[in-house]
Amino acid sequence: MNGKVKESGLGLDVEEFKRKKQKNAYMMTMLSVVGILSFLLLWQISVSMEWVNQKFLASPMQVLNLFLVKLTDASPDGNTLGMNVLASLQVSLTGFTLAVCIGVPLGLLMGWYRGFDSLIRPIFEVVRPIPPVSWIPLIIVWLGIGLQAKAFIVFFSAFVPCVINSYTGIRQTVPVLINVAKTCGASNFTIFWKIGIPSSMTMVFTGIKVALGNAWSTLVAAEMLAASAGLGYMILMGRQFARPDIIILGITVIGAIGMLFSSLLNIAESKVLGWKKV
Amino acid sequence: MDQKKIKLSIKNISHGYIVNDDVFQAASNISLDVYDNEFLVILGPGHCGKTVLLNIISGLEEAEVGQKEIDGQPFKGSDKRIGMVFQELALMPWKTVMANTEFGPQMAGMSKQQRRKIAQKYIDLVGLHGFEKSYPNKLSGGMKQRVGIARAYTNEPEILLMDEPFGQLDAQTRYAMEEEIQRIWQQEKRTIIFVTNNIEEAIYLGDRIVLLSKCPAQIKEIYDVNLPRPRDSVSPEFLGLRKQISDNTDLPL
Repeated sequence: MNGKVKESGLGLDVEEFKRKKQKNAYMMTMLSVVGILSFLLLWQISVSMEWVNQKFLASPMQVLNLFLVKLTDASPDGNTLGMNVLASLQVSLTGFTLAVCIGVPLGLLMGWYRGFDSLIRPIFEVVRPIPPVSWIPLIIVWLGIGLQAKAFIVFFSAFVPCVINSYTGIRQTVPVLINVAKTCGASNFTIFWKIGIPSSMTMVFTGIKVALGNAWSTLVAAEMLAASAGLGYMILMGRQFARPDIIILGITVIGAIGMLFSSLLNIAESKVLGWKKV
Repeated sequence: MDQKKIKLSIKNISHGYIVNDDVFQAASNISLDVYDNEFLVILGPGHCGKTVLLNIISGLEEAEVGQKEIDGQPFKGSDKRIGMVFQELALMPWKTVMANTEFGPQMAGMSKQQRRKIAQKYIDLVGLHGFEKSYPNKLSGGMKQRVGIARAYTNEPEILLMDEPFGQLDAQTRYAMEEEIQRIWQQEKRTIIFVTNNIEEAIYLGDRIVLLSKCPAQIKEIYDVNLPRPRDSVSPEFLGLRKQISDNTDLPL
């Protein structure tokens, strides 16, 4: 590519071209940083100048301060921040992992085997549109408000996108590749394994990403309704004690953990789908 | 082709589909003998059932009526002795050139070392030495189809079916690939059945040309091409044959 620049007569030499590209990327990063900083600054100013009532909004510094305090202090909700994070992670990861482990294979099998599709699809189609939180009352009756109950609700919210995306992904397998395998004498299961599943991977990952987002947001809803620990519970307590700093801290931590998971998934995706970029 | 030994023969093949509650006939009573190590070209207008015919020979589809024989022995469905190069650039994007090429023997359960050796031989043959570890999205159209050819050869079939393998390539690459396939065939003799809708390509490559009619496909005429290879596409004989075939070709739908 760089060689082409030289030949194309743009009058740029390779080094200069590279430098220009790098400078551009640097500029973009700087802009993002400036964006975040000015947002925080505006927020801080509007609180400390008392443009907004401190009862309703905590400043970034207060939240940061609370963050450090909450690392060791359990008041007022009864758990340190670490305990809350752990409780939430436990619930969401249990539900999410189960959803991926059951949902993805189910979707793939439904997408590949017509008979299996006919068997499962009617049930799935009925369960699919039910909002996961509407299970909550029933779940509380069945399983109480412990880990199982919340994990079950999370499971439902993450399960559906896993199934649908895997199903669609494997359905989009290019027919000619199936023919290639057929002429090589592969059995239907081998074709499913060697052609269908790799073909579906892009969509499967999209499904898992959506599932993760769903899992995380449903978790908070579940914890706000029934829990004794967790980030959602912490936010709820923040409301009850009229502590906006606790609410904002909870929101921020949820956002940060969500972001962390997304980037972990992106790393996993680029490992599995490395052939796309190479 | 001193003594013309019949390699593959199809007898009274007819095939159709049900489209909108009606039977759409794709091939009608086709009988054909293909000689050993022959480069046979099946030529026909667009959508005339050429691919259907190849799919029937390869076993991807089962003909409603008719029989197939290899070396005089009837067979059904797909067969190890038949390999196929596909119309589209049918490579698995998640596999490297090597992994794509060795796919057939891998399916057959051959050991890695052994299949690598065979695959390497044909990768070298099609001129892709050094690209074994590349992924298909790094290859040009011509290179991709070279992988397709290497993959078909790696199955070590006796008969190779090629379904408009150069149809998606640009004109320049296509000429180059026509020369290449001829070189490969001369180096590694196989019985090739090559489907195309391009008359020049047919005359340039074929020992014989089977001209199909428009749908439902029937054999209209079989031409023997007795021009010396490599063929000169502007020689009077070439052009004469071209006009003869062109005049006899049905207009596509």
